[in-house]
Formats: sequence, C-alpha cells, structure tokens
Amino acid sequence: MNEKPVIDQEKCQGCGLCVDICTPGALGLVDNVVELQAPDKCGWCTLCELVCPYGAISCPFEIVIENECS
Amino acid sequence: MAVQLEFLKDLPYFAGLDEAALGSIRRYVFEKKAERGETLAFEGEPSDVLFFVSSGVVKAFKTSADGKEQIFRIVRPGESFNDVPVLSGGVNLVSAEAMGPVVLNGIKKKDLEIIVRERPPVALNVIQVLSRRVQELVTLVEDFSFRHVTSRVAKMLLEYADRKAGEGPRLTQQEMAAMIGTAREMVGRSLKNLETAGTIRMERNRIVIADQQALKEMAGVT
Repeated sequence: MNEKPVIDQEKCQGCGLCVDICTPGALGLVDNVVELQAPDKCGWCTLCELVCPYGAISCPFEIVIENECS
Repeated sequence: MAVQLEFLKDLPYFAGLDEAALGSIRRYVFEKKAERGETLAFEGEPSDVLFFVSSGVVKAFKTSADGKEQIFRIVRPGESFNDVPVLSGGVNLVSAEAMGPVVLNGIKKKDLEIIVRERPPVALNVIQVLSRRVQELVTLVEDFSFRHVTSRVAKMLLEYADRKAGEGPRLTQQEMAAMIGTAREMVGRSLKNLETAGTIRMERNRIVIADQQALKEMAGVT
C-alpha cells in the first residue's frame, strides 16, 4: 500500500471532479487543491485520473511477470 | 558526478571501443537531471544535444492539434533520444518528457561530430542505432495496421514487463493508450478481457502477467 496516485498540485484547478467520483473518500480538497487524505482507502480504480480534465492525477501501473516479481 | 566508463561502454553508440577511446569520449559527456513531467525536448524545435538515459524513463511523443498524444518510444536506461535532429541538423520530430526522476548523459552535436570523425567505428554504431529505430517504427505501423486492440495491449504488456526491478516504466492507462494508438477506455476494456481470460491479474497498482505463454499467443509473438 506504499504506492499512491501521483498528484501534480500545480496542474490542479480545484474543480473537485476527482473528489466527487472517489467513492471510498480517499481524496479531498484543501484550499481548492486536491490532496490524498486517506491513502489506505484508495483502491486504484483510476477514476480520478479518468475524470481530471487537467491531467493533475495519474495512477501508473507496474507491469510484472508472475514468478519473476519479487 | 563524473560519467562512468562502464555506462559509456554499454551504450550502442560506443560498442566495441576500448577504454582509452571511451576515456577520451567521456570528456564530452555531461550529466543532466530532470524531474517527473519535465519536458526535455520540444517537437518542432531544433536540438543540438544527444541524450542517453542513465536512470529513469523518458517518453518520446507527438501531440495532435486537439491534444491527443501518441507515444512513439519509451526510452529506458542505456537508450538514447534526440538522435534524428542531432544527426540530421533538423528539428525535433517528437517531444520528450521525463516519466519520473531521470538522470541523462548528454553530448553536444558538435562534439558528437568530432567523436565520429576521430573514431569511424562509432559511425557504424550510429547506423545500427538508426536502423533499429526504423525497425521499431515499421513494427509500430504493422501493429496499428494488423493487430486488434487486445492484441496490442498484450504485446505492450510483454514489452514493458519489469524484468529488472525498478527499471521498467510505470504506465497509466492513458499512456498505454497513447502508445498503442487507441482510447483509454479501450485499454481498460482490453485489460478486463485479459484478466477474464486468466492471462493477467490486476493487483492494485500492478498488472501481473499470470500466463506469459497465453499472453504471447494473444499478442501474436513467439
């Protein structure tokens, strides 16, 4: 659970779409900028990345081969 | 930090050169660091530095007038970018952006020309690098023309599976879509199809290739 969605706060325009779509409530707005407030609630559904019109959130995947991954 | 001879020795540009030659080339090489999201080259602008990725990952891409992105290459450690504008003297054909913190080693165009004149085997190496680049582009066109999306996703997963811990790129579904010339939604659908077929498993931020052979068959590679 160390991995977190990558948030570029400079790109965030505070529209709140990601907060609205995040049903587990992992994201919140502070001073009109998105923040990951409850990382343990994030299920990596990537919907926040999908709805962000400004490309401020990304949820990258590591690709591994079973049995070769540590 | 001084550029390591070991790093230069493993670069395709300088393959086969002895330590003395690499030592003299090293003085032309400088280090540059960049953070995630930093633009390293702009499409349409002239470029006079050839870059080798020392650590991290860089994407080479084009953006359409309506903002759609097509990723041409993911440049990994030991690989180069900006080759074509530096060698042709023209402008950048694509833009380049750091996908995370990166360390680059650069050589200026005028210094590369000195190296090539002084050491003709480097010229042969350059031809090989450019030939491989042509092969990659032909493969890209072939994939777009003849493979359906799920097959392209399967091929991309096999290509970018992280064999050396931490060296592979971490890709968003948007970036995957931009690499294989499709929409993000199609990538999501294809990943679900592959998961249903049992070839991959989605684990939070990891895509685990569970059945490599089946994925290869889906990708049409042997």
